[in-house]
Amino acid sequence: MTGTEMSEKTMTDTVLSVENLEVTFRAGLEEVRAVRGVSFTVGRGESYGIVGESGSGKSTVLRAICGLAPTSGGRIVLDGAPIPAPRDAAFYRRVQMVFQDPYASLHPRHTIDSVLSEPLAIQGFDRREERIEQALEEVGLGKGFRFRYPHQLSGGQRQRVAVARALILEPEVILLDEPTSALDASIQAEVLNLLDRLRAERGLTYILVSHDLAVVSHMCERLLVMQHGQAVEELTRGALRARQAQTDYTKTLLKASEGYSAEVPA
Amino acid sequence: MSLLSVENLRVTYPTRQGPSEVVRGVSFNLGRERLGIVGESGSGKSQTGRAILGLTPAPGLATADRLEFDGIDLRQADARQWRSLRGRRMSMVMQDPKFSLNPVMPVGKQLMETLRTHGAPRSEAKNRALEMLEAVQIRDPERVFRAYPHELSGGMGQRAMIAMMLVSAPDLLIADEPTSALDVTIQIEVLRILDKLVSERGMGLIFISHDLRLVSSFCDRVLVMYAGQVVEELQASDLHNARHPYTQGLLNCLPKIDGDQRPLPTLNRDEAWTK
Repeated sequence: MTGTEMSEKTMTDTVLSVENLEVTFRAGLEEVRAVRGVSFTVGRGESYGIVGESGSGKSTVLRAICGLAPTSGGRIVLDGAPIPAPRDAAFYRRVQMVFQDPYASLHPRHTIDSVLSEPLAIQGFDRREERIEQALEEVGLGKGFRFRYPHQLSGGQRQRVAVARALILEPEVILLDEPTSALDASIQAEVLNLLDRLRAERGLTYILVSHDLAVVSHMCERLLVMQHGQAVEELTRGALRARQAQTDYTKTLLKASEGYSAEVPA
Repeated sequence: MSLLSVENLRVTYPTRQGPSEVVRGVSFNLGRERLGIVGESGSGKSQTGRAILGLTPAPGLATADRLEFDGIDLRQADARQWRSLRGRRMSMVMQDPKFSLNPVMPVGKQLMETLRTHGAPRSEAKNRALEMLEAVQIRDPERVFRAYPHELSGGMGQRAMIAMMLVSAPDLLIADEPTSALDVTIQIEVLRILDKLVSERGMGLIFISHDLRLVSSFCDRVLVMYAGQVVEELQASDLHNARHPYTQGLLNCLPKIDGDQRPLPTLNRDEAWTK
């Protein structure tokens, strides 16, 4: 199934929608409006991309969805029902997140086994042994890694553990915050292939945040371009490939992602 | 005539399992041009850059059959000679501004330090520092001059670092992933600054990066490193004609905006490449 067919099919069935999301950070008298009225909907089984430069608020949107950033306005709706604040266990059962830096997101003194068994214990899953082994198998690591510590793994292997941790609860939606930006190109390809395969096998829904247009174009059917906390433009993969960007900012991003050119941009 | 010639450069670190060679016989010549060194993490590209400046951290050991900068034999250089070279004639932009700037010294003072060390009077040093901050496209140079590194964003910090390395107008600049922490649009601006310095002032630039696509669009010549060795040397424009399977693999495994190849081809490493 091609990307466009998939997005058409799934458009009718919205799994997650974000409406006029506002996130404001306060420190003393200073206020930073990190996200200013962003709205989008994600269909079931769709992979939705959010692109922007650092400080554009793209990661904050993800963090707000999973309750790690304070929302000061707007609604986030999962399957027709506004999600509770603080998020309850039932929410995390359905929505999981993979963080950017595999070196920082795993506890350095917990074995892979305890990293993976913690969510199972919280959610009261049975057959934990089996599930851990299966999760490691699915991300291509195998049982041998189960009792290792994060420092005994490479960056790519750690990111696989982070994916396994998110997958082990069999969620429907996975939030991916720059899942490959800390990895080498060849390892990035492996992790992207893994994510692609898992989505096809399990019908997962992804929201993928990245600064790399090529990664988003490869992974996502639709994408949102963000700048200074605002949504600039929403594009389909087809429009991106046809270079049919409407706004100047998206055009600049497209141009810049082609590499360096000696002439001064107009 | 070449600005820098390196022959059979080797960098070794002692480990419990015996010496481990991280750079294994790298040779190249650099004129007044843009030379790219590409490779993945652990390929020895940064170690190569550091060794040229004599910055291999102990207990590491760098040896070479020849290491000559503008006719000066760097292997024999003593501490005094190094001081007169580093900063003034050859300098290095490090990867991460967070770890490479002095956290307890304002940016401006750090910029002036290079000039003051090499004998410029205070007022002149200050003016040149401000000019340089402006040259790297910092909008409010006065503020950045007074700011401490933690008060700057990553992009600003990186530009301040570049300003610091360029303020003394070096003949050779080694830039170790200078733009990896930056956004794409700022990345292009920084490259434009470097490009100008090469074409207008005739600086020699060694551009170390993991981003093959960026290097091929920016540099004149590219060295591809794998496991401490140069596996291929190419004109940047010929990159698509790369012969070595490693270079080809690196190129193919990048997702493309227009490509719809899935799964992405992955890199199958061959033991023979490390021979």
